[in-house]
Amino acid sequence: MTAPLRHQTAVCPGCVAAPSEAVDTAPTEARLAISLPTIHCQACISAVERGLNAVPGVRDARVNLTLKRALVEADPDLRAVDLVPVCEALGYEAHELDAAALSATATDRAGRDLLLRLAVAGFASMNVMLLSISVWSGASDATRDMFHWISAAITFPAVIYAGQPFYRNAWAALKAGRLNMDVPIVLALLLALVTSLWETSLSGEHAYFDAALTLTFFLLAGRYLDHRTRAAARSAAEELAALEVPRAWRLDAQGQEVEVSVADLKIGDLIRVRPGGRMPVDGEIVEGRSELDRSLLTGETLPVLAEPGRQVSAGEVNLTGPLTLRATAVGEETSLHRMADLVAIAESGRSRYTSLADSAAKLYAPGVHILSALAFVGWYLYTFDLRTALNIAAAVLIITCPCALGLAVPAVTTAASGRLFRAGLLVKHATALERLAEVDTVVFDKTGTLTAGTPEVVNLEDLSREQLSLALALAEGSAHPLAQSLSRAARAAGVTPVAVTDLREVPGYGTEARLAGRQVRLGRGAWVGATASTTQTTTWLDLGEGAPVAIRFADSLRPGAAAAVSALRDAGKDVRLVSGDAPAAVEDLAQRLGIRTWVAEALPEQKATYVQDLTQAGHKVLMVGDGLNDTAALAGAHVSISPASALDAARVASDIVLLGQDLAPIAEACGVARRATRRIRENFRIATIYNIIAVPLAIAGLATPLIAALAMSTSSITVSLNALRLR
Amino acid sequence: MTVLSYLIPISLILGGAGLIGFIYTVRSDQYDDPEGDARRILSDEWDDHPKP
Repeated sequence: MTAPLRHQTAVCPGCVAAPSEAVDTAPTEARLAISLPTIHCQACISAVERGLNAVPGVRDARVNLTLKRALVEADPDLRAVDLVPVCEALGYEAHELDAAALSATATDRAGRDLLLRLAVAGFASMNVMLLSISVWSGASDATRDMFHWISAAITFPAVIYAGQPFYRNAWAALKAGRLNMDVPIVLALLLALVTSLWETSLSGEHAYFDAALTLTFFLLAGRYLDHRTRAAARSAAEELAALEVPRAWRLDAQGQEVEVSVADLKIGDLIRVRPGGRMPVDGEIVEGRSELDRSLLTGETLPVLAEPGRQVSAGEVNLTGPLTLRATAVGEETSLHRMADLVAIAESGRSRYTSLADSAAKLYAPGVHILSALAFVGWYLYTFDLRTALNIAAAVLIITCPCALGLAVPAVTTAASGRLFRAGLLVKHATALERLAEVDTVVFDKTGTLTAGTPEVVNLEDLSREQLSLALALAEGSAHPLAQSLSRAARAAGVTPVAVTDLREVPGYGTEARLAGRQVRLGRGAWVGATASTTQTTTWLDLGEGAPVAIRFADSLRPGAAAAVSALRDAGKDVRLVSGDAPAAVEDLAQRLGIRTWVAEALPEQKATYVQDLTQAGHKVLMVGDGLNDTAALAGAHVSISPASALDAARVASDIVLLGQDLAPIAEACGVARRATRRIRENFRIATIYNIIAVPLAIAGLATPLIAALAMSTSSITVSLNALRLR
Repeated sequence: MTVLSYLIPISLILGGAGLIGFIYTVRSDQYDDPEGDARRILSDEWDDHPKP
């Protein structure tokens, strides 16, 4: 599937992460990516491929069902936007993907490298095991020596090639003056090879060639599992980022709109932002009137008026009319990016977390070194025979080698992450599950997290039938979220619109029309002449005959919000609500969900401090939020979750991304994380029990290669099976 | 024990062939879309001749 993207990355491995400019300047063909979230079978694949290949300019289209994506090689002037309607006409939901943001995962080089090493270790160990079994079952003298020599000839190149990730890690650790899990691994491999070769050259009875290879094989399997879990999460996270194509419309000297990449915008450029579009840069409005949704930045649900002269920040969403901006800050200088700097500061706290595997390694690595050194010294003083002492030291190292430890954590996290992925949660960070298991306090953001960000009419019954049908007629003249919600609610109540004339939208204010000679309006309070001020989101209906009527809205709950909150409370967690919105709206929501502790009108810094204070009071905080104002709090919390609809910065700052609309999986995630941590501990215990049985045998000099192979394989297989119970 | 002189080479060659085959499948991107490939066998689009 990577064929279309591979050419770009194969030229120079260093360019993999950065989209190469050469492709943009001299394009001979375009490589386009389209996300197809609903495809699921062979018929879908054929239909989409046939449909795309029929489009003029498409050279080759291939669907990847695993990634739910279509990759298209096409003529340079074809754009992915043009192909989206083709897929939609076939009946499949389609979204354009930014191919540049995807190129990093197009070819998973590290994964492929590990897989090849794993394969070499696997095939070599099969062959050597075949020879070893004949030795254990009684081959003797010249035959045994020949088998050992053949084993050595296979093992040496295989271990030297396959074990490279361990050598590199161990060397890096030693250079930094530390000990990690890889140091005893490398020492065990080295000692096993050297003593076995020595034994073989002296026609000895015991050689550990098979042990060295199976050790490498099992450990690489653990590494590969670990890598794949993280690569899958990374590619899914990248797809979320690629869904937001960084594109803007710049006005050229003639006032024509030209489509450009956001990265190419400069200070002073005039930029057109269409209704529904997101501000690409910080700027000042020079033309047009509209309303801005700032909820992703501040958590406020009330849209604010946008008119010439007003400053806007990158990330705000334009709601009604087209706006023209003059850019005042672009790229790294925008408030969006400066906010992201807060994240970097907050994040340093999290890197201090030591995973269970690391703390096990800290205990384990010095332990085995001391044990094997003691065995060596003891036996040397007892027999004064270097060969026996070295053999026993090697046996101790091989038997204690952390096969099971190396598999204990990755096998469990792979199983748990897979299970959570099916439930709609993407675990991005390696230690996120362990941290999630410790959580005792959950802090939610309101707008966009607990609420869906779509308003709902709350006082429909206060309006008469005539008022409603007029309101519906006016509401249908606008694409504003409040108008849309009002017309949906009115239609659902069986209302039909009254016939009006001269219906027109006044961007930033509302819609107006004429009804039986009267001027009727639906829109902002100040515009229609309403005097009462409200804190709730309200639109006013002016009937042209005196006092306007208020139509009030509340943010609708996200599906599963109530279930998630009550499940978390039942699990004994302290649930809190921190929002940047007005107190009335926050209190209303807190009461609806039964949340006792809430904070309103919190600034981004206050949110972060709130989480920090909780942490300092000894709580482990799970932060759930979506906006830019949450990013610092997300990064500062013990563990954090953000919905897929969140801003890119918030998703990057969080450990887990919620892929669907439903919030209910959050409660499940906490349960799965606790069970996963329990399994990891169990696996450590199982591995320890095997060591407790086998190590005394090794120290006593009774261990044979057969016992080493049995202990290693059974413990590795038991921990893997134990991990699978989590699925 | 003369049987060993050809059994051992055979086992090594078979193992090596398996390894080379595996490396070939990895190199030619055959593990990139396991789900799609499993479904594609149900398609009769290129049953008569390979895709040009």
